[in-house]
Amino acid sequence: MNKTFNNKAWWMVLPVFLVVAFNALVPLMTVVNYSVQETFGNNEFFWSGTIWFKQLLENDQIRDSLGRQIIFTAVALLIQVPLGLTIALCMPRKGPWVSVCLVLMALPLLVPWNVVGSMWNIMALPDIGLLGRGINALGIPYNYTRDPAAAWFTVVLMDVWHWTSLVVLLCYAGLVSIPDAYYQAAKIDGARPWAVFRYIQLPKLKHVLTIAILLRFMDSFMIYTEVIVLTGGGPGSATKFLSIDLVQKALGGFDLGPAAAFSIVYFLIILLASWLFYTLMMRNEAN
Amino acid sequence: MTLELKNVSKRVGADMHIHDTSLVFDDNSFNILLGATRAGKTTLMQLMAGIQKPTAGAIWHRGKDVTHVPVQRRNVSMVYQQFINYPMLSVFENIASPLRVTGMAESEVKSRVGKAAEILRLTPMLGRKPAELSGGQQQRTAIARAIVKDSDLIFLDEPLANLDYKLREELRDELPKLFSGRNAIVFYATTEPHEALLFGNQTLTMHEGRITQFGPTAEIYRKPNSLVSARVFSDPPINITRVTKKGKKLQLSQGGVSWPVAAGAEKLPDGDYSIGLQPHYVLPQKSSETSGALSGRVLVTEISGSESVVHIDVGGQTWVSQSHGVHPHQVGETATFHADVSRALFFDAAGKLVS
Repeated sequence: MNKTFNNKAWWMVLPVFLVVAFNALVPLMTVVNYSVQETFGNNEFFWSGTIWFKQLLENDQIRDSLGRQIIFTAVALLIQVPLGLTIALCMPRKGPWVSVCLVLMALPLLVPWNVVGSMWNIMALPDIGLLGRGINALGIPYNYTRDPAAAWFTVVLMDVWHWTSLVVLLCYAGLVSIPDAYYQAAKIDGARPWAVFRYIQLPKLKHVLTIAILLRFMDSFMIYTEVIVLTGGGPGSATKFLSIDLVQKALGGFDLGPAAAFSIVYFLIILLASWLFYTLMMRNEAN
Repeated sequence: MTLELKNVSKRVGADMHIHDTSLVFDDNSFNILLGATRAGKTTLMQLMAGIQKPTAGAIWHRGKDVTHVPVQRRNVSMVYQQFINYPMLSVFENIASPLRVTGMAESEVKSRVGKAAEILRLTPMLGRKPAELSGGQQQRTAIARAIVKDSDLIFLDEPLANLDYKLREELRDELPKLFSGRNAIVFYATTEPHEALLFGNQTLTMHEGRITQFGPTAEIYRKPNSLVSARVFSDPPINITRVTKKGKKLQLSQGGVSWPVAAGAEKLPDGDYSIGLQPHYVLPQKSSETSGALSGRVLVTEISGSESVVHIDVGGQTWVSQSHGVHPHQVGETATFHADVSRALFFDAAGKLVS
């Protein structure tokens, strides 16, 4: 049989190539390009090798931002995942309240990010904000614009408010997909609620939880808008996370080279951590 | 007399899931619940098991009213269409799970699980997780869990429906043996009439939340008490047509066909009836003295290895013939079949069997 060669198929793939090139490859390569050059404006570039990367790794300021970022992400995950799972478990599976709960849960996710920041900014103001005044009225001194601990508390609270819903919705979808027969079988065995959770719900939610943790990890590691609106990274640099540091370097200082190197390292950290998470959590599956 | 349903009914919102039902089941019996999907088989089982509570009526077990006793205190087991096992536990722990809650001694648990695993040929798999088993083995594990404790009531809700053909046949042969001599009442729900016939024992036919008939399986198949039972318990579907009886003649409503009246039906008063004729009494050749001819256009022919199923159109009504051997027919050609009129079941206007 003669094989017919028809290379016209390449034309079909071309649009995808173009889209991917313009939204991923070209910008990424531009950043790579900047990261190994120096510029003083006037569109003049000079080769600088790995200087920016070396500086980056020796920079204490960035190391501090990274530390803050890791602590923030850890705290966010530690609160949001168990809390989201608990709320999902408490939500009704049937009846008219299902849609009410789902809408309430979805609301925070629909609010634009900078609006979330403004909302909490105003709400937490110690003199006029509901939250700020409330806490002060309880006799606890609270001022997130001056006290780093208060700033952290507010940022974490805001992130929990904004993103726990995502974990709730994912877990709820997972819970609803467990066939009733599992619960019945457990009931016939006389299993207690804890056993039902431990031996039926948790194993069945494994994949959903993996996705939830991954999404929350990536998003919280890249948090920018809400924090910049709420605290601007302050007081001092108490809530200056990696992305804030990066933007200040790139736009504020117009240090394109160092900022580009920073971006690449940032990207690699997220990629590596996500890969690690995923492999670790899926490892049991392979065994 | 051991499990008794007294005027039990179940309503959910405005829907009657089970209409007023009274039934008695004996110990050591194998009962088949036969009916189409949504006929109420699962609901009836869950009512008897205590997973759902009846809206009205009472359920008595061994002389005690158990209507309000929750399922975990009733000593029942259940096997589902889906393979329900604890995903994180080994096969051994899965089978042992109903015993764990009773606080049984470890040595006793071991011996019981060992025995159940041996019966279901799971001994080499005891250390594995359910996900590492084939579908058939997963369902065997679920069945082992159902027999490991001495349940009074065992419910099997279409347990073979998700298995492939070969495994289904295999397990179907084993099931009645597994449950006989356990002094339990076994219920087996199925949508397939031939499965009910293979198991024999008692069958309960259900249709839209009503029990239409309950009795020995073969008897129901031969003499369904109503058109509804006849439809539920026939595959391919029973031929039903309207006829007018006049003296020794039967005038069919379609196709201008007229048949002689067989001996059994001679005493019926003249008038209108519906007759039911199982497809295997409509054959390509004459099989009895009193046979009625049916000529019509062939609509569908299905030939499986050992039998032929032919659908023909007689004056606007479809008749189904099921016969042994291969009888090739061309779709569209005209063929003549012979109905064994002596096998016809006569139903009155209300759909009740009269002869």
